[in-house]
Amino acid sequence: MEAAHDHNHDHHEPTGIMRYVTTTNHKDIGSMYLWFSFMMFLVGGVMALVIRAELFQPGLQVVEPEFFNQMTTLHGLIMVFGAIMPAFVGFANWQIPMMIGAPDMAFPRMNNWSFWLLPPAGILLMGSLLAPGGAGGVGWTMYAPLTIQQGMGMDMMIFAIHILGMSSIMGSINIITTILNMRAPGMTMMKMPLFVWTWLITAYLLVASMPVLAGAVTMTLTDRHFGTHFFNAAGGGDPVLYQHIFWFFGHPEVYIIAIPAFGVISEVIPTFSRKPLFGYASMVYATGSIAILSFLVWAHHMYTVGMPVEAQLYYMFATMLIAIPTGVKVFNWVATMWKGSMSFETPMLFAQGFLFLFTIGGFTGIVLAVTPIDIQLHDTYYVVAHFHYVMVAGALFAAFAGVYYWLPKWIGKMYDERLGKIHFWLSLTFFNVTFFVQHFLGLAGMPRRIPDYALQFADWNMVSSIGAFGFGLSQVFFLYVLLKAIRSGEKAPEMPWEGATTLEWTHLPTPAPYHSFETPPDLRS
Amino acid sequence: MKVSFGVRVLSMLSALTPGLAFAEWNLNFTPASTLLGAEIQAVHDLVMWIIVVISIVVFGAMFWSILKHRKSVGHKAANFHENTTIEIIWTVIPIVILVAMAFPATRLLLATRDSSASDITIKATGYQWRWGYEYLDEGVKFYSTLATPRSQIDGVTEKTSTYLLEVDNPVVVPVGKKIRILTTANDVIHSWAVPGLAVKQDAIPGFIRDIAFKAETVGTYRGQCSELCGKEHGFMPIVVEVVSEEDYQSWIQAKLTVAGAPSFDPNKSYSVTELVAAGEQVYNANCVACHQAGGVGMPPTFPAIKGGKIATGSIQGHLDIILNGSAKNPMMAAWGPILSDMDLAAVIAYQRNGINSTGDFLQPADIAAARSE
Repeated sequence: MEAAHDHNHDHHEPTGIMRYVTTTNHKDIGSMYLWFSFMMFLVGGVMALVIRAELFQPGLQVVEPEFFNQMTTLHGLIMVFGAIMPAFVGFANWQIPMMIGAPDMAFPRMNNWSFWLLPPAGILLMGSLLAPGGAGGVGWTMYAPLTIQQGMGMDMMIFAIHILGMSSIMGSINIITTILNMRAPGMTMMKMPLFVWTWLITAYLLVASMPVLAGAVTMTLTDRHFGTHFFNAAGGGDPVLYQHIFWFFGHPEVYIIAIPAFGVISEVIPTFSRKPLFGYASMVYATGSIAILSFLVWAHHMYTVGMPVEAQLYYMFATMLIAIPTGVKVFNWVATMWKGSMSFETPMLFAQGFLFLFTIGGFTGIVLAVTPIDIQLHDTYYVVAHFHYVMVAGALFAAFAGVYYWLPKWIGKMYDERLGKIHFWLSLTFFNVTFFVQHFLGLAGMPRRIPDYALQFADWNMVSSIGAFGFGLSQVFFLYVLLKAIRSGEKAPEMPWEGATTLEWTHLPTPAPYHSFETPPDLRS
Repeated sequence: MKVSFGVRVLSMLSALTPGLAFAEWNLNFTPASTLLGAEIQAVHDLVMWIIVVISIVVFGAMFWSILKHRKSVGHKAANFHENTTIEIIWTVIPIVILVAMAFPATRLLLATRDSSASDITIKATGYQWRWGYEYLDEGVKFYSTLATPRSQIDGVTEKTSTYLLEVDNPVVVPVGKKIRILTTANDVIHSWAVPGLAVKQDAIPGFIRDIAFKAETVGTYRGQCSELCGKEHGFMPIVVEVVSEEDYQSWIQAKLTVAGAPSFDPNKSYSVTELVAAGEQVYNANCVACHQAGGVGMPPTFPAIKGGKIATGSIQGHLDIILNGSAKNPMMAAWGPILSDMDLAAVIAYQRNGINSTGDFLQPADIAAARSE
């Protein structure tokens, strides 16, 4: 192991708030990404609770329909662009250099800017609520021509998306360059930890898809203010064109969120199974296949727009294909656990929760792939349940697993294992109370994005709302677990997880020094 | 376990909440009244059974290893990390299953998209926030608006069993006939969906799409707009009454008679009291969602009528904006095509003399004159 040098005092770096404003250190920037995403997660969560409070009972009790629509819109945008995506960029910043034996990211100053673009974008998103007429009440998908009718809150949201897109693209270029150029000698591509592989693939997805979203919202902006008619049939445009462009971004976006989560899980499961990852090469190929397929299936979000039946058939078959690489990944994780020597600390519990619930989300994905069934379930709560199984029990649980797993390496202190386990069981229980019942609502035909509903939907909505408040409180409890670990956690042992094999555990002290791998480790042997 | 716990908690809670008298713990699709709908549900059941079998295998292996291959029971880790044979097997088996699923799915999709050789064609137009229907061959035209009173939504009066799923003018179709619905929209995208008839088709402004169904049983089928279309998206239901052929014919005749003889006298001079009373009804059915009870509005998007400069300004300007919509605010629709001359005269009288007190009003004949300009 390298000696733990603290180089801070050599460089006369700014302290206090200026340290974070000017920092080019991947660990500082990673921490800022993670804290920012957690704050946005709480904001988006409060919005979800406003939605669930209104839906607790039939009738309009808590908010007006217009404000309800603004909540569903901002909840979606904030969770996707403000919470989940920056959280995984935070993991990438902290972990990629340490896992490939690099001293920092390839472009440290651009890294600083990528992060500092986020707070203005977050302020624009939340500030849109204060604009005359409020935020856009259009859903996170922002379908034209409803967007034309909104007030200036809509423009603020469009600019926020532009800024978030710039941040993501720069972050991705940084990640790609770091991984391709800064690996330690002997760290060949097929020896990279799977987390690094998944981020390499995700970064390419981001570079390819974010400009498409920027184009879609820019066209919305010019339709709103500069007399263009991209999405206006009266001027020769087509409202469905917007949906094609949006989902050409939107489907890869699903995998931009899911693939880094696969990476975290592929680190956690082998560590706590004390057994190498099963089928490393097939994991890499499966992830690559999923990424390529994700660009070929976008219109399965649009089966009800009335496209030709031949196109519906193509999208159905292409969508079914995704089940194959996704299945390979699930089988590989189970095979990694098989005949291992497993222990169930909090990271492993969240990984198991991920495996079980993400697979259920995959199953409902197969149901939705079948076009005639999807048309029945399109825009109902079944779809809401399906994507929350993938986004919350998938990406969010993986993020929790990652935080508990790497926290000792980051801060040199342990979280309270008992409290971590309580956080897991609360999250697991309330997640299912909230979202499992939404499958039933969707099958019974309850549309999404409605502030009030018919009486036959009352029972499951009440159950779902109770679950949502439980889930929300469980995440406040998570904040307590985190703060307790940071303030008064026990000192972490040099190697808290006996099964860990990646460089940050084997070649660096705990906690990791501010500057690590100033000379790369030699892994050729 | 969770469900039964939830059921117990909820049955306790529901005893405290009056709105739940009609509650049901639905777990599956609304039973379909069409053969295609029944087939879709059968394919869904098939897919669910495939999923059940796969979950037993995958989750079985997962929980078996969680129970048996754990450190705390002293299991020592093996060191294998690949096996080409098994990896090929678990790639090929899903392919076989998916191909097997693709056959019924393809056949069914082709059948659901076949709207040829229909008996009756109805055009459904989405408006913010109501549906307009036109029976193209019979010449019947009407609008269909939510009939649930505002007081039920606000919880002032008790909700009835068809809460939010009831309209003033339902679509009426004969049983056993293939009905083709053409969908389009006037403003933003809506979606015409009725679960009991297994149909859902987006209504897109500027374009016509179609979908067909053939109901096998007489009854009332209720659905809702299924694409976010703004503020009142949750309040524009669809009701289809499937009736016998004879009932359908007499309904068509009745509709044609009503259309031929308006319920008002176009040349009569109504008193302001008559117009204000009628106008209050029109206001509550059409304007109240945005401009609110008493005309207080929700500024800035939905301006106040009480004291507002349009409803207290020139009466011609007032008529113009109601007839043709607002050039400045896209949320204000053109009501000329939707409301009759009587309704327009009445609602203007109500806004000027019920909500405000300008003293002036128009007669249906004035509206007709303004329309012909």
